[in-house]
Amino acid sequence: MNASTDEEKQLVEWLADMREEEALALANKMLLEQHVDPLRVLELCRNAMDIVGKRFQGGEYFLPELVLAGEMLDKIGALAKPLIQQAPGASPKKLGRVLIGTVHGDLHDIGKNIVTFMLDINGFEVRDIGIDVPVKTFIDEVASFKPAVLGLSGFLTLAFDSMKETIEAIEAAGLRGDLKIMIGGGQIDDAVRVYTGADAFGTTAIHAVSLCKDWLGVAA
Amino acid sequence: MSVPAAEAARADHDARWQRILDSVALRQPDRMPVALYATFWLARYGGISCRELMYDYGKCAELSERAILEFEPDAYSPMLFASACGPALETIGFKQLQWPGHGVGDNQPYQYLDREYMKADEYDEFIFDPTGFYLHTYLPRVASAFEGFEELPNFPGLHYMRLVSGIRPFGEPKVRAALDKVIKAADEVGRFGKHNADFNQRMASLGYPLTNGVTSVSPYDFIADYFRGARGMMTDLFRHKDKLLQALEKSTIWLLRQTVRQAQASGNSIVLIPIHWAPDNFMSDQQFRTFWWPPFRKMMLGMIDAGLVPMPLWEADCTKRLEIIRDVPAGKCIYWFERTDMVKAFEVLGDVVALRGNLSASLMTTGKPAEVDVEVRRLAEQVFHKGGKLILDAAFGVPDETPVENVRAMFQAARKYAG
Repeated sequence: MNASTDEEKQLVEWLADMREEEALALANKMLLEQHVDPLRVLELCRNAMDIVGKRFQGGEYFLPELVLAGEMLDKIGALAKPLIQQAPGASPKKLGRVLIGTVHGDLHDIGKNIVTFMLDINGFEVRDIGIDVPVKTFIDEVASFKPAVLGLSGFLTLAFDSMKETIEAIEAAGLRGDLKIMIGGGQIDDAVRVYTGADAFGTTAIHAVSLCKDWLGVAA
Repeated sequence: MSVPAAEAARADHDARWQRILDSVALRQPDRMPVALYATFWLARYGGISCRELMYDYGKCAELSERAILEFEPDAYSPMLFASACGPALETIGFKQLQWPGHGVGDNQPYQYLDREYMKADEYDEFIFDPTGFYLHTYLPRVASAFEGFEELPNFPGLHYMRLVSGIRPFGEPKVRAALDKVIKAADEVGRFGKHNADFNQRMASLGYPLTNGVTSVSPYDFIADYFRGARGMMTDLFRHKDKLLQALEKSTIWLLRQTVRQAQASGNSIVLIPIHWAPDNFMSDQQFRTFWWPPFRKMMLGMIDAGLVPMPLWEADCTKRLEIIRDVPAGKCIYWFERTDMVKAFEVLGDVVALRGNLSASLMTTGKPAEVDVEVRRLAEQVFHKGGKLILDAAFGVPDETPVENVRAMFQAARKYAG
């Protein structure tokens, strides 16, 4: 459902335009004074995040806007969620599961967090298992979460070997099957993809989203 | 060393350094210079752990010398300073890095911890009294040796009889303990510094100049990396825009002063400035033009006025920034590019700056020597032989995991295709 009242349209617009103070004040008023259904407010937030994602993909927004959008969403979520009285209806159908983490030895997470955020607002069910993730943790998580896509992140050159080890171990555990594996990070290119045995690589969050959409047969 | 040998080494040193200076001045050097920039790759080269490299000054110097004598670079990076800092970090109680034995394994390089080291509501204090903020808040927060400095007096306002009574905090146990630790750390850093200086002197006597005497930082990266952290900085662009601009303006002044003083003391005019937050994907053109570029440009102009050669290492892909960063005086800087296409950089910047780089990390670590050869040939033909003042190097120096034969291939190919 799109925003219908003027106030709803205003909230979406302010969130999408990075007008944090106004957006939070309005969300606050809607939730606490006007007692608007918190699920409706969260839906408006998702509408705004769709716009943010599109502006990012269109080259109008960059990392700072995504980070601020994520923080605004968290703040409104923290206010809205305790107010939800009835069990939410069926949550929107997710496009597919993506497991993501930074490989062992590497402590960087900025790129991974941005990819997680972009996949999330694009409708994927994302499980982010953090940084410096041991091979065994990836195997256990692939086995239990059963993702369609595995994203391995790494910023340092040592990540090349960690990614290769992780992918080899997943294969050895018999978990590669239909699992698609994408790698990403500052130093990643096609030579690293070949070296690690991944299916694809990306250097931007947009690339990660389009890879997942392609693999899961979702129209871009 | 005999006198003729010493004279020959001096001549070699001067010829190598001249190649670098010619490149900076946009004069064609007699051949394409090649730089050797290595940190933890030296551990692989010498078959030791990263931890040993960080803690054993002698071993680090021995391996650095061995590498320099094997590859005969036109300039080498301050390898000891970048690698053998374990004892210094330990005595300072450095909290912003994890290094072997302190958070990462013995065979891993040190890694910086991206954290919020200054809160958003501390901007005012930082801007009003940076020294006070450093002493009372920042230093104890980032290095345990300084814990206790919180108790130091506020220096502005200590005068006349207030000065007499005001120094009492120096006698407090916490402050005394902190001062003892800082003095011990300073002694260790003194030993570290002497090893560096001795090594550089020895290399000079063998004919090899340093690529750069000191490093510096752009004002934006300074605040982002070392104070606000990535998340804090990115949201400050919206929430604390004016304070951020003030902090950038103020820190530009002291970063410039400090850089000029240190570089002049080092006797080497080139200043390496690793650049973290300029890449195309990190901010919009408008944000780059507002926050990132003006203070850095001001800083570079100040360095140039002081006779220094700024050498920013533009990390990741900065293709969209090339037209903007062209705006510096010609023949005064070296722009080192990591993932920006070097041919494109040459087309846009070739008449303004010397270039450095940029064999990719993936090529160096996963490629074959023949592939390294092909890439060096491409850069030599498409940049150096077309008039580009290229100093050949890997994208950000030799990656830690690079097989030694690929480093050999880089140097051999440079001589084969460009003198």
